[in-house]
Amino acid sequence: MPAPQTPPATPPARAPLLDVANLSVSFASDRGRVKAIDDVSFTVQEGEILSIVGESGSGKTVTLLSLLGLNDPRTTFVDGSVLFRGQRILEMSDRQMRRIRGKDIGLISQDPMTALTPVYTIGWQIVEQIRAHERIAKAAARKRAIDLLAEVGFANPAEAVDRYPHQLSGGMRQRALIALALSCNPALLVADEPTTALDVTVQAQVLDLLLRLRDDFGSAIILITHDMGVVSEVADRVHVMYAGRIVERGTTDAVFADPQHPYTWGLLASIPPLHGARQARLRSIPGLPPTADGIPAGCGFAPRCRFAFDACAARPPDRRGDSHSAMCFLDPSDRERLRSEMLERERPA
Amino acid sequence: MLTAIIQRLAQMVFVMFGISALVFLIFFATPGADPAARIAGRNAAQETVEAIRHDFGFDRPLPVQYGIMMKRLFISRDLTSFVNRGLQVVPQVLAAAPITLSLVCGAAVLWVVGGIAVGVLAALTRDTIIDKALMMLALIGVSMPVFWFGEMMNLVSQSRFHDTWLFSWVPGLGYKSLWTDPWGWFKTLVIPWFTLAALYIGIYGRVLRANLVEAYQEDFIRTARAKGLSPARVMVRHALRVSLIPFVTMFGLDFGVLVGGAALLTEVVFGLNGVGRLTYQALLSLDLPMILATVMYASFFVVVTNALVDMLYVLIDPRVRKS
Repeated sequence: MPAPQTPPATPPARAPLLDVANLSVSFASDRGRVKAIDDVSFTVQEGEILSIVGESGSGKTVTLLSLLGLNDPRTTFVDGSVLFRGQRILEMSDRQMRRIRGKDIGLISQDPMTALTPVYTIGWQIVEQIRAHERIAKAAARKRAIDLLAEVGFANPAEAVDRYPHQLSGGMRQRALIALALSCNPALLVADEPTTALDVTVQAQVLDLLLRLRDDFGSAIILITHDMGVVSEVADRVHVMYAGRIVERGTTDAVFADPQHPYTWGLLASIPPLHGARQARLRSIPGLPPTADGIPAGCGFAPRCRFAFDACAARPPDRRGDSHSAMCFLDPSDRERLRSEMLERERPA
Repeated sequence: MLTAIIQRLAQMVFVMFGISALVFLIFFATPGADPAARIAGRNAAQETVEAIRHDFGFDRPLPVQYGIMMKRLFISRDLTSFVNRGLQVVPQVLAAAPITLSLVCGAAVLWVVGGIAVGVLAALTRDTIIDKALMMLALIGVSMPVFWFGEMMNLVSQSRFHDTWLFSWVPGLGYKSLWTDPWGWFKTLVIPWFTLAALYIGIYGRVLRANLVEAYQEDFIRTARAKGLSPARVMVRHALRVSLIPFVTMFGLDFGVLVGGAALLTEVVFGLNGVGRLTYQALLSLDLPMILATVMYASFFVVVTNALVDMLYVLIDPRVRKS
């Protein structure tokens, strides 16, 4: 079994493991630059699970790829600063970045069906990663791959290590991917919708696995998802993303108990209730999210927001310091009333 | 594994039987044409025609005719072509085969190496000037007619610049045996190899580039990069490795067809008396026994290379392996 992560020498004053400040990402398109991520900031502490929620196209994956430097540099422009253990990683050369990728920051991809190279065994792929970062004999690396596979719940890891991806089920491939991401004991795991492609029972197993790994290995996890159920299950803190901005941030308990942004209200209202009469239709948020080139200058959600008023044409203040805050002009004292009004009015027939 | 190979061999025999029957029927059982008269050639004496008719069994039922033909082609190997003054067919094919094999094998090495180099370099430098220049060159290679390119090479190396230091080493046209004169063999074939390979380097380079560019959109490449691998390793061990599968398919088809005689134009331009030329001449004079022999030879190579490609698949793509 890989030794649990020894806590790295903590920098003074509990600096966060990852500190993303004013991150903006834009793409080159036919009509000039299009901003996909607009001034996003967040931090991740050691051993913490931060969840970033939002619908497709809200910029979750782009954010995460920029952290790893995996965007295509020819078409993508990244601004802002990302500090990982106090080092500015956006400015790093590719060679320096490669030492961090896979070793200190592990990626768990969204679709386990396509995320493994089809022509190699999973053992080979894990060994490849270990040996890319550590001077270690093949046999020893293979032994560690078997241990890792056992760790992520393969019943017969010594046999599974020689399996090809196509010989494994979706859940098993996702576990293999997690083993791959964990193979160098990363301090930070970025998981891009790790449960989306899986069926519900396997989803629950994979989430349990992530929680257990956090406890065993002490890795911090950024969990990208659009599934509020997943968030409530595992995350310590939640950031809600909409149209390339973080519109609400707070601890999971606070956001679920007292959501502040009308978009979050809509997201939470769309979760089907477990009790009571079955709804004929699930609640939804009317309208569509804007495409990257059509995001309004002011509040991105204003066109779909029933409470929008004049002030929303300007950019709402982003109160980053607070433990729970929303990018919204609504008066905090009015929110409770407006939300219950919305829930009442939209109660499905 | 062994049963799979035996199965595959049996399939090959079956396919070749089908081809031979088909070719036999087309040339020997077409209604309204007398094969005996055709084999005898133009202006043959009536007795010769009669003798051939009896010899080949054309006065007997079709299956017997087919049997006699196959026996003379494969077992007694004394099938003779009367058009060509009674020359035996099988030794001619056997004499032409090494020439074609030398030409195509050498060109194949060049075009596989060249195609991979062009494809990988273009994919790595995608959308830059290098990529565009390479793709332009590849397109030129694809669109140049091989007979024109061959003649240009001849013009340059045999006459215009033959007396300069550049091409004074080029021997005259024709083939030299590998066994008696290996250096001469190499020197006579370098330019034909390059000429034949130019087209295929173009095609393979462009196809491989497209496959690689597509592979780079795949999630597993993102995984490989997220693992912290070097760009070279991501390219060679992941993108190229996966893109080689369609590459091998194409190679098997092209190689088989070329060995079977499709390198005709190159052979003619460089005075190499290979199988392509033999087939061409047989068709011109409607030399039926020779046509039958060359078609059987060609189909043999197409079938064999296809079988080899299938076996190669098992090696390079675990997904086709049966668990």
